[in-house]
Amino acid sequence: MTIGLNHYLVVAAILFTVGVLGIFINRKNVIVILMSIELMLLAVNINFVAFSVFQHNFVGQIFAMIVLTVAAAEAAIGLAILVVYFRNRGNIAVEDINMMKG
Amino acid sequence: MLQTIVFYLFSAVLLTSAVMVVAARNPVHAVLFLILCFFNAAGLFVLLGAEFIAFILVIVYVGAVAVLFLFVVIMLDINFREMRQGFRRYLPIGATVGLILAAQLVLVTSAWVFDPAGLINNSTTDVANVENTRAIGRLLYTDYFFPFQVSGLILLVAMIGAIVLTLRDRKDARRQRVSHQMDRKIGDVIEVKKVQSNQGVEI
Repeated sequence: MTIGLNHYLVVAAILFTVGVLGIFINRKNVIVILMSIELMLLAVNINFVAFSVFQHNFVGQIFAMIVLTVAAAEAAIGLAILVVYFRNRGNIAVEDINMMKG
Repeated sequence: MLQTIVFYLFSAVLLTSAVMVVAARNPVHAVLFLILCFFNAAGLFVLLGAEFIAFILVIVYVGAVAVLFLFVVIMLDINFREMRQGFRRYLPIGATVGLILAAQLVLVTSAWVFDPAGLINNSTTDVANVENTRAIGRLLYTDYFFPFQVSGLILLVAMIGAIVLTLRDRKDARRQRVSHQMDRKIGDVIEVKKVQSNQGVEI
């Protein structure tokens, strides 16, 4: 049995679902929510690279690199906001972040 | 055959460590499982033949992002036990939504058949026969040069944003004030006193 495109897509789908599940069940912990977002972006990257390889088209890998860039920027900004919030409030509980009443 | 075994090994460890990231009690363990996750995804990419993305994944994610997470988790003094209060409460609804989503995604991706006719139309034939890194370089620095520059700009903006957010202007810090130093006159700080013999001096 050879490994085809569908195998990679199934792995990426399960990984994405685990990321969504992580956001659902860890509602109080922003750090785990950010890590779940990283997992979801990784699943998207697996999809991009798998399609790129099986189509012999390198554009998917270039887009995967751009996704990687955005993920790194998002992690840096998110953790910076987290550090500032912790400095001001002393905790990072998600339900306390309601100062803007959005 | 070996490829099949390696694929199942890497994807099993990948998915197990992803579940452990979500379910780990200790956030430091969660970050370490995230690193394991990225390594296994890099292994899958190597298996696919996308070596450059695999090593970029290890360098960027493991070297930068995961270590950043580790720094923040260790640096912030947070009671993580208190944060897992809603874990049991949200688990049933989360598991339901997750199972439905997973079932649908797995069904649609495993039932869907890739049309081989679409393969030839999309192939960039001029870069197909060179190694992975060279092909990406040829494509990235020619046709996709503008997105490359824009992603560099995104990183610059993120760097400036992170510095501006976390830079703290401490009021109690004692800094060197050059203009204040230059404004001092000799007469303001030094006074010449006549000292009589056998008598002290009054200041």
